[in-house]
Amino acid sequence: MYTTDQYEGIIAETVPLPGANGDWINAFFARPLGRGPFPGLVLAHHMPGWDEWYRETTFKFALHGYATLTPNLYFRAGHGAPEDVAAKVRADGGVPDEQAVGDLAGTMTYLRSLPYINGKVGIFGTCSGGRHAYLAACRVQGFDAIVDCWGGNVVMPPEALNEKRPVAPIDYTKDLSCPILGLFGNDDTSPSPEQVDQHEAELKKYGKDYEFHRYDGAGHGFFYYIYKAYRQEQAMDGWKKVFAFLEKHLQKPV
Amino acid sequence: MCTMIVEKVKIEGSGKGTNGWFKLEGANVSYDHPFDAPYEHALNIDFVNEALGPSARVAVELSEAAARELIRTIQAVLDKAGEGGHLDSQRHHH
Repeated sequence: MYTTDQYEGIIAETVPLPGANGDWINAFFARPLGRGPFPGLVLAHHMPGWDEWYRETTFKFALHGYATLTPNLYFRAGHGAPEDVAAKVRADGGVPDEQAVGDLAGTMTYLRSLPYINGKVGIFGTCSGGRHAYLAACRVQGFDAIVDCWGGNVVMPPEALNEKRPVAPIDYTKDLSCPILGLFGNDDTSPSPEQVDQHEAELKKYGKDYEFHRYDGAGHGFFYYIYKAYRQEQAMDGWKKVFAFLEKHLQKPV
Repeated sequence: MCTMIVEKVKIEGSGKGTNGWFKLEGANVSYDHPFDAPYEHALNIDFVNEALGPSARVAVELSEAAARELIRTIQAVLDKAGEGGHLDSQRHHH
C-alpha cells in the first residue's frame, strides 16, 4: 500500500518488441524504478484502440508495482490518431485472433526476458481486449493470472465465426492455464448475463480456478471515466478486486 | 469490436477531414461502440480513403433514431431532386 512518506519512481516509454510472426510492433511500457523484482503485466487494449485510457492504465498498474507492457495490437493497420486507426480496424472486422494472441505472447516473452521480473506475468484486458486476453491465456503457456473485464464474444454462435475468428474463445476453456478474474455489468449486451453464465459453467466444468463478479446498475465498460458508461461505485469496487487478485497470484510472498 | 456489425461500401465524392478536403473511396458503416457519442452502441459512418491512411476519415456517430431520420431525409431529398429533373443520372440520359 502506498504511503505518503515513501519514495516512488516510474519510468515509462514506447518500446519496440517482436509480436506475432516475429513482426516488430510498438508497445507502451511503464514500470517502477529500481531493481525489483516486479511482477509483469500485459495489457490487451480495447476496441477503441491503443488510446490514452490504456496508456493511463499502464501507468496505474506501474504505480501499483507492476512492470506493465501494453502492445499496440493495431500496429499493422497504420498510424494516426488512435481513434482513426481503431476505426480502420473496426471496418476490417477487427484483427485476426491468431495475430492478437501472437502479439500478446510476444509481449509476455519480452517481459520474462527482463532481469527485474519476479517470474510472474499476468494479463489484463477489457472489451475486445478481455476476449483477446482470454484467448492468450488459453492458448499460450506463461501467464500466471488473467483479468477479463467484460470481454464480448467469448461465447459465439457458429454463424459469427469467420476466418479472423475461427473458434469461439469459450471452446478453449479446457486449456486455460491460470486463475481468472472476470468482471461484468449486468446491463451489458455483449457479453450478456446469459453468456457470462455459459462462460462460468464452462470454467466450472473443467475445474478452473475462477472468480466472477457481476455488477448491477452497470453495463459495458463501466471502468471508462471517458465514456457515459462509467459507474463510479462499481468501478472502484472492481479496481479493488483487480488489485487483490493480481497481488494474490503475481506477488511472491516476501 | 463487440458487435462486429460492419459493412463497407465503395462510394465516390469528397469529404472534409482534419487536413481539408480529400477524395472519398469508401464508407464504412457499423453498429458498434462509438468513440464520442454517449451511447453504448451507435450507427457509425466513416467516410474514408484508405490509400491516404487512417487519418483520411470523416466520422459521424449517430443514435438509432438519428440514423433512421437521416436515411429518410436523404431519400426525400433525392426524390425531390428527381422530381425536378436535377439528378445527374437523369441529365446524362437527355
